Amino acid sequence: MTQEERHEITLVVNGVARQARVPARRLLSDALRHDLGLTGTHVGCEHGVCGCCTVLLDGEPVRSCLTFAVTVDGRELTTVEGLAGPGGMSPVQRAFAECHGLQCGFCTPGFLCTVTAFLRDNPSPTDDDVIEGISGNLCRCTGYQNIVKAVHRAAELMAEESE
Amino acid sequence: MKPPPFTYHAPLDLGSALDALAGAGARGKVLAGGQSLIPLMNMRLASPSHVIDINRVPGLDTIEDERGGVRVGALARHSRVERSGPAPLRRALKLVAHPVIRNRGTVVGSLVHADPAAELPAVLAVLGGSVRLASLGGVRDVAAADFFVGPLESDLRAGELAVSAFFPGLPPRSGFAIHELARRHGDYALAGVCAVVTLGDDGRIAAARAACIGVAATPQLVELEGGTPAELARAVQERTDPEGDIHASAAYRRHLVGVLAERAFTDAAREAAQ
Repeated sequence: MTQEERHEITLVVNGVARQARVPARRLLSDALRHDLGLTGTHVGCEHGVCGCCTVLLDGEPVRSCLTFAVTVDGRELTTVEGLAGPGGMSPVQRAFAECHGLQCGFCTPGFLCTVTAFLRDNPSPTDDDVIEGISGNLCRCTGYQNIVKAVHRAAELMAEESE
Repeated sequence: MKPPPFTYHAPLDLGSALDALAGAGARGKVLAGGQSLIPLMNMRLASPSHVIDINRVPGLDTIEDERGGVRVGALARHSRVERSGPAPLRRALKLVAHPVIRNRGTVVGSLVHADPAAELPAVLAVLGGSVRLASLGGVRDVAAADFFVGPLESDLRAGELAVSAFFPGLPPRSGFAIHELARRHGDYALAGVCAVVTLGDDGRIAAARAACIGVAATPQLVELEGGTPAELARAVQERTDPEGDIHASAAYRRHLVGVLAERAFTDAAREAAQ
């Protein structure tokens, strides 16, 4: 069998332009983890159900396991590694820690990326908004109650910090 | 859970996309949002030799008013149509998967995927819309009634690209509603009903249409004359013959069709009266 063709791509990940040579079938999740060494993005189901691999593509949360890396050549990505600012963890990350919004942590990178974009678009959500917002992310530890609390707490922290 | 190898095409204009599709023939697949195609490839249920990625083709990311309705382009994502598309689509899209999936998935992609349990084919069917297919040989418009051929099967031929879909607006004194039941929010529905009703001068329902989700191989369209929502719902129930599977028995689905149709006709009539 002939060698599979590889494509030169550039992904701007967390503000840094990174190059990779990948076959067209390389999932974005695998490109981040295996080609770029960013293992913060987790891979659960690989068919779009669990939400663990959610990253931000030009600011919008998407499933990296349902995206080919070649499709997003040249685009900007934010992974869980890019959520913290120079001053430390982001409000969403702090709220998850404070409210015990995680146990094993496997689903957490996907939740953090999803919630970061969700609160940017909806800074003071109702309970129903939160449940709809995180409905595409599965957590097998927490029973979600503390995650919902963490989202509300993150909204509070963001409101306090923007004053 | 990794997709099989394929030759990747990333055309920069529609002509090159159609050339690539023509070259690939039946072994080619179009990639737009990828939220149905990529899971199928990850699970190796689909293994196209050529993937034609249309994400860089300009002019397909459109939601445009056209005489009598709205035309949605092949790269209009669910999330954008949910914000700025016509009302029936906005309401149906809230039932399609989850917000993160809707950020990538496309309306036209859902139509071409032709899942009989999906909402958007039923919306196109109940509104009497059409899909526009382009190939090197020209362009053709296919009515919803002819477009959905079987489960996961549409009238799209090798070498054709679905460039847009046309969703007609509602006639005067008409209303739309969609109701479905899913075990978990965002899942494919066990059954669902999209309804359009038109009121007569006396304020009663003069004409009604329903497209049923998840009860037949394609979105099943039932066209009825007037009646009360309960009478119309019974008529829909009589004309559908759902199958049972591990998720729901045939009898339960049939029961659901009646309940959901009555709710949908009631809500559509209320909207029509406003």
